[in-house]
Amino acid sequence: MYSDYESIISRLNEGRLWDFPGGVHPPELKELSNQDPIANIEIPDKLYVTTKQHIGVQGSLSVEVGDLVLKGEPLTKSTNPFSVPVHAPTSGRVTAISPHVSAHPSGLPELTVQITADHKDKWCPLNPILDYQQKPKAKIVEAICNAGIAGMGGAGFPTHIKASPKKNIEFLIINGVECEPYITSDDRLMRDHAWQIRQGIDVLVHLLSPKIVIVAIEDNKPEAIEAMQVACQENAKYLVCSVPTKYPAGGEKQLIQILTNREVPAQGLPVDVGVLMHNVGTCFAIADAVFSGKPLVQRVVTLTGAAFRKPGNVWALIGTPISHLLDIGRYKAKLQRQRKLIMGGPMMGFDTLSDDVPVVKITNCILAPDASEVAAIGSEQPCIRCSACADACPASLLPQQLFWHSKAKELDKAQEYNLFDCIECGACAYVCPSEIPLVHYYRVAKSEIRTQQQEKDQADKARERFEARKERLAREQKAREEKHAKAAEARRQAMEEKGNGAKDKIAAALARAKAKKQQAESANAVEPAEQIASTQDTKKDKVAMAIARAKAKREAAKKTEPKETITDSPAEKAEVADSAEQIKKQKVAAAVAKAKAKREAAKKTEPKETPTDSPAEKAEVADSAEQVKKQKVAAAVAKAKAKRLAAKKAEEDKSK
Amino acid sequence: MKFTLTSSPHQRVKRNTGQVMRLVMYAAVPGLIAQTWFFGWGALVHFAIAALTVVITEAALLELRKKDFELAIKDCSALLTALLIAISIPPFAPWWITVIGSFFAIAIVKQLYGGLGFNLFNPAMAAYVMLLVSFPVHMTTWSIPQALSLYPTGFFDSISIIFTGYSSDGYSITQLRTYIDGYTLATPLDTLKTAISQNLTVAEAIESPAFEYQLGAGWFWVNFAYLIGGVYLLKIKVINWHIPAGVIGGILLLSLAMYIFDDGKFASPLFHLFSGGLMMGAFFIATDPVSASTTNKGRVIFGLGIGLWVYIIRTWGGYPDAIAFAVLVMNMAVPLIDYYTRPRTYGHKTEHKKTIAVKHIDSQDKSE
Repeated sequence: MYSDYESIISRLNEGRLWDFPGGVHPPELKELSNQDPIANIEIPDKLYVTTKQHIGVQGSLSVEVGDLVLKGEPLTKSTNPFSVPVHAPTSGRVTAISPHVSAHPSGLPELTVQITADHKDKWCPLNPILDYQQKPKAKIVEAICNAGIAGMGGAGFPTHIKASPKKNIEFLIINGVECEPYITSDDRLMRDHAWQIRQGIDVLVHLLSPKIVIVAIEDNKPEAIEAMQVACQENAKYLVCSVPTKYPAGGEKQLIQILTNREVPAQGLPVDVGVLMHNVGTCFAIADAVFSGKPLVQRVVTLTGAAFRKPGNVWALIGTPISHLLDIGRYKAKLQRQRKLIMGGPMMGFDTLSDDVPVVKITNCILAPDASEVAAIGSEQPCIRCSACADACPASLLPQQLFWHSKAKELDKAQEYNLFDCIECGACAYVCPSEIPLVHYYRVAKSEIRTQQQEKDQADKARERFEARKERLAREQKAREEKHAKAAEARRQAMEEKGNGAKDKIAAALARAKAKKQQAESANAVEPAEQIASTQDTKKDKVAMAIARAKAKREAAKKTEPKETITDSPAEKAEVADSAEQIKKQKVAAAVAKAKAKREAAKKTEPKETPTDSPAEKAEVADSAEQVKKQKVAAAVAKAKAKRLAAKKAEEDKSK
Repeated sequence: MKFTLTSSPHQRVKRNTGQVMRLVMYAAVPGLIAQTWFFGWGALVHFAIAALTVVITEAALLELRKKDFELAIKDCSALLTALLIAISIPPFAPWWITVIGSFFAIAIVKQLYGGLGFNLFNPAMAAYVMLLVSFPVHMTTWSIPQALSLYPTGFFDSISIIFTGYSSDGYSITQLRTYIDGYTLATPLDTLKTAISQNLTVAEAIESPAFEYQLGAGWFWVNFAYLIGGVYLLKIKVINWHIPAGVIGGILLLSLAMYIFDDGKFASPLFHLFSGGLMMGAFFIATDPVSASTTNKGRVIFGLGIGLWVYIIRTWGGYPDAIAFAVLVMNMAVPLIDYYTRPRTYGHKTEHKKTIAVKHIDSQDKSE
C-alpha cells in the first residue's frame, strides 16, 4: 500500500486526498481570535527566558547577572548539535539567573535568565545572508541553528537538524493545518505574512531539494489558503492543499497519511517515507534568521477563550510572563468559575501553574475558557466498553484496552497494545461517555514504563558489572591455581632430579645432630678418665661419629626412599661391618684404658706399697700398650675411610 | 485564586453514559408501541414491574458494596436492562417472572461481576435464558395479536392477568390465546416449527392465521418498528453498524442459502428477519457494548455469530426463537474475538515490520 510519488502527485492534482481513521470534530471557535491582524504589544518590564526551550541538549550560559544585553544577543551557547541557543528578547540588564516556573505541564522550576527591559529594544549587530543561494548549505544551516529556531508547531525539535537530513526528501510538507480548536496563531501568520513564510520555504527548498512542496491548510481557514496560494503561485513546485477540517489532522503522522497515504513506521521518522515537515511559524522564523539575521526572539501567541475581553493574536517576546498577556487581552478572572489558564489548545494544551509562566518558543496560545467551555472536573464513571474511543483514535489503537491495562498497571500488556504509538491527541478522552481521562492514564503508564526501563537499564548495568567482576575473580582464581599447579609440578620434577642431593643434605644434618648427641654421651663416659685416654677417646669418637653419620644416612635413606636402599653399594655395607668391629674394639680399648688409668692412679696414690710391680701387671701394661697401638691403627683406618667417604660424597654432589 | 489543574483534553462531548442509555430507550419506543398495539399492554406493565425491581436491586446491591448508587441509577443502564427484559418476556407472563428475572439480571449477572462495565453476559438475555429454562411454560406462552384474538384485552385486563392469572372478565391466558375461530393460536415461529415437524411444507404452514402475507401477523410490524428505532440509533451514532449488520447478514446468508436449497422445508429470509425478536435483538440487545466485542472487525464477527446461531436454533434446535441463546454463546466468545481482531496500529504495516525487526536485531547486536 506504499503509494509511489507519481500516484500521489496525480491524486493531489485532482484535488483528492486520503483520510486518516478516527478523529473528532470539536467546536472550532477560531472566529473568537482570528478577526484582527497580529498586534504588536508593549514590552513587559521583566522577561523570563528559560534556558532550554527545545528538545535536546541545554547550552551553557554565556551571560552573568548584571550584564547588559542587547536584543538578539545569545544567552546560551553550546557546541552540541542537538542544542540551540536562546537570545535576549529585548535590550536590558540581566537581573537574575535562577530557577523559575517553567512552561511545562509539571511547572517544575527551570534555569531562567531574568532580563529587566530598558525599553529601548536595541538590536545587537545582525548578519543577514541575502545571497543564500550562493552560500554553502552548511552556512545557512548554521545560521538557522544560531538563530535558535526549534519547531514552532509544538514539539520544539531543533530545526537545523531537520534542515540537513541524510536521506532524500520527496515531500516537503509545510504544516499550516492548525487543527486544535481556538488557536489561530498560524492562521493569522499565514494571512498577514504569507510572503515571508514563502521566503522561509524557499530557504528550506534550497537546503532540502524536495521533489515537491505541499502547504497544507485546513479548509476552515479560507483566507489563509488564499494568501498562501497567492504567495506560492509563482512556483509550480509549491502546492497549497486544503485539508478537510478534522482533529487531529495537523498531527505530523496524520497529515502525512492525509497527503501521501504513507505511514511513518513505528519507531521511525517521516524521513523514512521521504517526507519532511515544517510548521509555517518555523518557516517564518527561518526567513527572519536568513534574510534579516534576526534570531528567534518573538512569536505569535493567540489569546482566546471567553474569559478574554479582547481576544486576538499578539507578537509576544519569548520570556513574556503570561500575566502581561492577560493584561493585554483584558482577562477577566470573574468570568471563570475557577482560575484556569491553558497553554496551548483545549485538546492538547496544559494547565499553567501560575501566571508567572513565561512564553517559550512553542507557546502558540493562552486559552482562558469560561465555565461553559470546559468539561466539568471529575466524575469518572465505569468504562462501558462502548469503543467510542477506538472509533476516534487516529492511530487505530484500542484505547479502552490501553486504559484497562494502564489502570491495572499491566504495563507489558499496555505495550503489547502499542501504548507508545499513542500521540496523546486526546480524541479518545474527548468522546468518552464515561468521562474517563484516558490520556492521563496513558501518560502515567508511559512514564512508569520509562522509569521501569531506566531502572532496568541501571539494574542491568549493575548486574553486568557484578557478573564481570565475578568472572574476573574466577579468572584470576583459575590463573592462580594454574600457576600454583605449574610451580608444584616444577618443584616435583626438580625434586625428582635433585632428590639425592637434597636427601643427602637432610641425612647429613640428621647425622650431625646424632653425632653431637653421641659426642656428649661419650664425653660423659670419658670424664673420669685420664688425658691420654681422653685423647684416644676423641679419636675413637671421631670414628664413631663417622660411623654414626653413615648409619644415620643409611637410615634416613631407608626412611625417605626405601627403594633407594636397594641401590646401596656393597662397599657401604662393608664399611658398616667394619665400623661395628671398630666399635667393639673401641669398647675394649676403652675398658683397657679405664683399667690402666685405675692402675696408674693406684700407683700414684700408693707408690711405696707397690715398689715392685707384679710381672702380671707388667704384662698387662704391655698388653695395653699393644692395644693402644692397635687402637691408633684402627683410628687411622677409620679416619681414612671417613675421608674417602667424604670425598666420595663431595664428588657425588659435584656430579649432581 | 487557586489554579485548577486537569489533564488534557479540556473539552468533552456532552454525551455521557446516562444519555446514551436514555437514547437507546427512546429508540425502543416505536417497537414498544407496536408491541402494545398488537399484543396488549403487557409489555408496559412488565416494564413498570421490572423498572421497580432493578432500581431497588441495584440500589441495595451497591449499598452492600458500599458504592454510590445514586450515580449508578442515574446512568440508566439498569432501566435499559429492565426495558429489554420487559419486551422480551411474554406480555401476559405472571408478575413474579419479571421480578425474578430483573433481580437475577442485576444482582447476579451484573453486580456480582463488578457492576456496570464488568459483566461478561448481557444481563437481560442471561435473565431471559434463566427464566426460559426454569419456567418453560410461562415463558413460551405468547399472546396472539389482538386483532386475531377472540377476547381482546384492555389495560386493566393486562394488569389483572399479570397479577392474578385471569383477565378482568375471568379469562385465563390460554383462553386469551384463542383465535376468533375458537382454537389456540401459537406464534408464527412456533407454528412453523410444529408444521415442519409434522412433515408439512412451509407453504402449508403459513396458511395458518398466525401468518399474514406469508409473514408473522403482528410480528412483522413489531420487528419493523424496532428496525426503525435501530436505524435512528445508527443515525445519532449511539451504536455502530457492525453488530446489527452482522446479525442481519448472518441470518440472511444462511436462510437464503437454505431457502434456495429447499423452499418447502425452510422459511424465506424475509420471514426470518421479521420474526420473533430478531430486529430487537440485532439493534437493542446484541449492541449492548459491555458484553459485545470491542473492535470493529470483532463486532462484525460477533454479529454474524449471533445471526448464525439464531438460524441454527430456530431451524434445528429445540426452541422456536434463540436470540438470547445466541447472544450468550457469542458473549462467551468475545475475549477470543477481541484478541484476534485487533486493528493494525498506525505505523505497524507489515512492510514496516521487517525493517523494525531488522533494526531491533541491530540494536540487540550492539548491546551484546
